[in-house]
Amino acid sequence: MRIINRRPSRLPALALGLVPFIATLLVYAVASHYRRLENPADKLLPSLDSMGQAFWRMAAVPDRRSGDLLLWVDTFDSLWRLGSGMAVSTLLALVLGISIGFIPHIRSALAPYIATFSLIPPITILPILFITFGLGEVSKIALIVIGTAPIMVRSTAQAVLDIPREMIIKAETLGASVWQMVTRLVLPQVLPKLITALRLGLVPAWIFLISAEAIASTTGLGYRIFLVRRYLAMDVILPYVVWITLLAFLLDRLLLLLSRRAFRWNHLGSEAL
Amino acid sequence: MLKSFARASLLAAALSLPLSFSAHAEEKTDFKVCWSIYVGWMPWGYLQDSGIMKKWADKYDISVEIVQINDYVESINQYTAGEYDGCSMTNMDALSIPAGGGVDTTALIVGDYSNGNDGIILKDKTDLAEIKGQTVNLVELSVSHYLLARALDSVGLSERDLTVVNTSDADMIAAYATPEVTSVVTWNPLLSEIEAQPNATKVFDSSGIPGEIIDVMMVNTETLADNPNFGKALVGAWYELMGIMSTDSDEGVAARTAMAEASGTDLAGYDAQLATTKMFYTPTDAVEFTKSAELPSTMKFVAEFLFDKGILGEGAPSPEFVGVAFADGSVYGDQNNVKLRFDPSFMAMAAEGAL
Repeated sequence: MRIINRRPSRLPALALGLVPFIATLLVYAVASHYRRLENPADKLLPSLDSMGQAFWRMAAVPDRRSGDLLLWVDTFDSLWRLGSGMAVSTLLALVLGISIGFIPHIRSALAPYIATFSLIPPITILPILFITFGLGEVSKIALIVIGTAPIMVRSTAQAVLDIPREMIIKAETLGASVWQMVTRLVLPQVLPKLITALRLGLVPAWIFLISAEAIASTTGLGYRIFLVRRYLAMDVILPYVVWITLLAFLLDRLLLLLSRRAFRWNHLGSEAL
Repeated sequence: MLKSFARASLLAAALSLPLSFSAHAEEKTDFKVCWSIYVGWMPWGYLQDSGIMKKWADKYDISVEIVQINDYVESINQYTAGEYDGCSMTNMDALSIPAGGGVDTTALIVGDYSNGNDGIILKDKTDLAEIKGQTVNLVELSVSHYLLARALDSVGLSERDLTVVNTSDADMIAAYATPEVTSVVTWNPLLSEIEAQPNATKVFDSSGIPGEIIDVMMVNTETLADNPNFGKALVGAWYELMGIMSTDSDEGVAARTAMAEASGTDLAGYDAQLATTKMFYTPTDAVEFTKSAELPSTMKFVAEFLFDKGILGEGAPSPEFVGVAFADGSVYGDQNNVKLRFDPSFMAMAAEGAL
């Protein structure tokens, strides 16, 4: 049988998926081992063991100064910022996306504007955000919204435009009002696409979250990384990076699961990654 | 299948090994040092551009490349990782980053100390004690943070009495412009820029703790031991330029003007920054300072500050975890883990004209 037709069964597939992870760990462990042979206190590639200890210290040992469990405080604050930002972006994508996609006058008025707006690199207007919203939570959330909303609005609007014209004509001949078409026809068609837009939006959202926290902050995952960067504490930075990746992965999978459960019909087609 | 994968990953690991072997100490002829923008370090850029460094390197039959790095912390990290043989940094960062990271480091040229270059500014308030209860924006764990801790000591407050917000130095001026920022700790040229605002009052600066924030050319101890010519060339070139830039001769003004432009200001602005920096223009002064009785107590303050903030590294049981050796051979901290050395012998050679 040709290789393109041979499929691994469940267990070998899982093993194959694990191999690159294990290989990375192994390469790291070996490189770290040889660097530490030369200098046992090396900060650049700390041992897996010392990273484990550092992670444990962040997660389970109260901070000397504030008495907080730093990892959980950081995680909670970061997720709160990320969640608020993405909630606003999703709402904007839903309202503006459907209006732009469904109503030609609104499309003419807003589509070119949002397309232009989406091209602004958000980091460049960060100083303006500071002056207008201050250094607190609002400017961090605003950065996430500005960085993700325009693209989400555009992809939602496109999803509305992609609805087969026949369906809309049919609804009209059946006497549906605009509001009825929005709620009964457009919304169900667009919601799974919105979840996809949200999943894709989360990628830049994490970047903007970390950048915003790097600039002025007292807590957060990005804050901690940029703080301990001052003394090259890779034993804290690397576990934090892994932790952030894990959180991002879980969020993404949860949204995929939600989409599969709520819109089963949308996932009947081809296999998706 | 899994077996062959294990073999493949071992191969990959073996291939990545050369990466992990950083420069072993040995005799060599090509050296690299790095520096970043700061009033007391501008001479390093000028040494490279003017050819003074090349002249001294040629004298000792070696080559020295002086590289400017735009990000201060990044330059120290690069040095710690073994990319450079030396780097300009403060005594505090030298203790926490390379020395704390096990890289044996020697203070080759003690260039200056901050004598007003770092300061605390309050908005609409004029007394340091009024900082109580405020949020203070600063680069956390930097010399600014240290300055704040020392200032709070002097008025019987502690960090518990206020909230520290980590703020990037690049955004400090913009941050000060926002209404919720009422207090900042920063360094020049940002300090003078913010102090010029009508509602700003500088309530404390580093002239209140003279000699505690020291700017040093730190070099790798092993590299220096195996290649004394490297140290001699750097020190020789440095004090030749110090002799030039400390005068108001045409040559001195030209050198300072070039340094001013390189740091984004003009001659008057640069001279103003020099005025709040205690430069050691002569090697004799630098040697005397390095041998002074105050230096060990300063390093003790610094080590305690770093330990208090949890910076001295995993498993550091006390501030004495990393040993610091001084000119007279005395050691603060762990005798068996001396990683930071104040060694004025090369500067002494310059003072005796023996280079």
